[in-house]
Amino acid sequence: MEEEHVILSFKGLVTAELLASVLQIMETKMESMDESPKTKKKVFNVLVECLQNLYHHVDDNTINTQESIERKSALVMISKENGVFTIRTGNYIDIAKASDLKERLQIINSMDKEGLREYYQTSLELSMISTKGTAGLGMIDIARKSGNKLDFEFLTINEETSFFCLNVKID
Amino acid sequence: MAEILFLEASAKTPSVSFDPITGKLELRGRSIPENSIEFYKPLNDWIDQYAETPKESTTIDIKLEYFNTSSSKCILDLFKKLERLNGGTSAVHVNWYFEEDDEDMEEAGEDYQAIIKLPFKMIEVEEI
Repeated sequence: MEEEHVILSFKGLVTAELLASVLQIMETKMESMDESPKTKKKVFNVLVECLQNLYHHVDDNTINTQESIERKSALVMISKENGVFTIRTGNYIDIAKASDLKERLQIINSMDKEGLREYYQTSLELSMISTKGTAGLGMIDIARKSGNKLDFEFLTINEETSFFCLNVKID
Repeated sequence: MAEILFLEASAKTPSVSFDPITGKLELRGRSIPENSIEFYKPLNDWIDQYAETPKESTTIDIKLEYFNTSSSKCILDLFKKLERLNGGTSAVHVNWYFEEDDEDMEEAGEDYQAIIKLPFKMIEVEEI
């Protein structure tokens, strides 16, 4: 762990309480880091969106059996190496949703800074907020704030399920 | 008439001060609730009520360190209400504060400026 410069890692159910704890821990840890306030804010901001993505997009309409808890669990890892922060997340996703998400991520990655700005503004203006409070802007915002291409992968688990890995770099 | 709306800041929500006597509205801190609809609904409702008998001039100070995308949509809705008010009985001004070197918050202000027809003043400060 130490060699990989892991600051924080977690595997399990993403609840509102967990989210608050992770953010608080990261904030405290970053306080003592020799980083510009700008970078700290970016890391915090991207982390908020990544965690809230996990929180909102894990389907919660199943009863908590051991199997479903495993299926709803997510991975989060925050590390820093050579001045670059990396936020990694991993979560299970329905195959059908995975192909939509993949398409959106490819669109986002095809855009430059100015393109992302326009895409964000248009989406902000046109999007409808869901009852969960999501506006479909998370990934665009993550890409904008990170300033790097989103590195992602979908691993097929079985006919219905895929595992979505996202790596976001902030330098 | 609308009554003064005052909310203390929390770990995930900003402090709110909406004063119908002075026409000065302020959001300050961070806005990162998982579901922002719940938090912003009373603010939007307040503006509806205030719009019935507004001051001649209304100023909103946005002093946010950061906000999540769930909040960004709610903040847009708030501006839309103020935009309608501006076209009617009150002259509305937005003061958008951001910290030195915080391009992200500066750009966020510019995003709203591109969408909303309200006069925005961008104000760079050392610390919010």
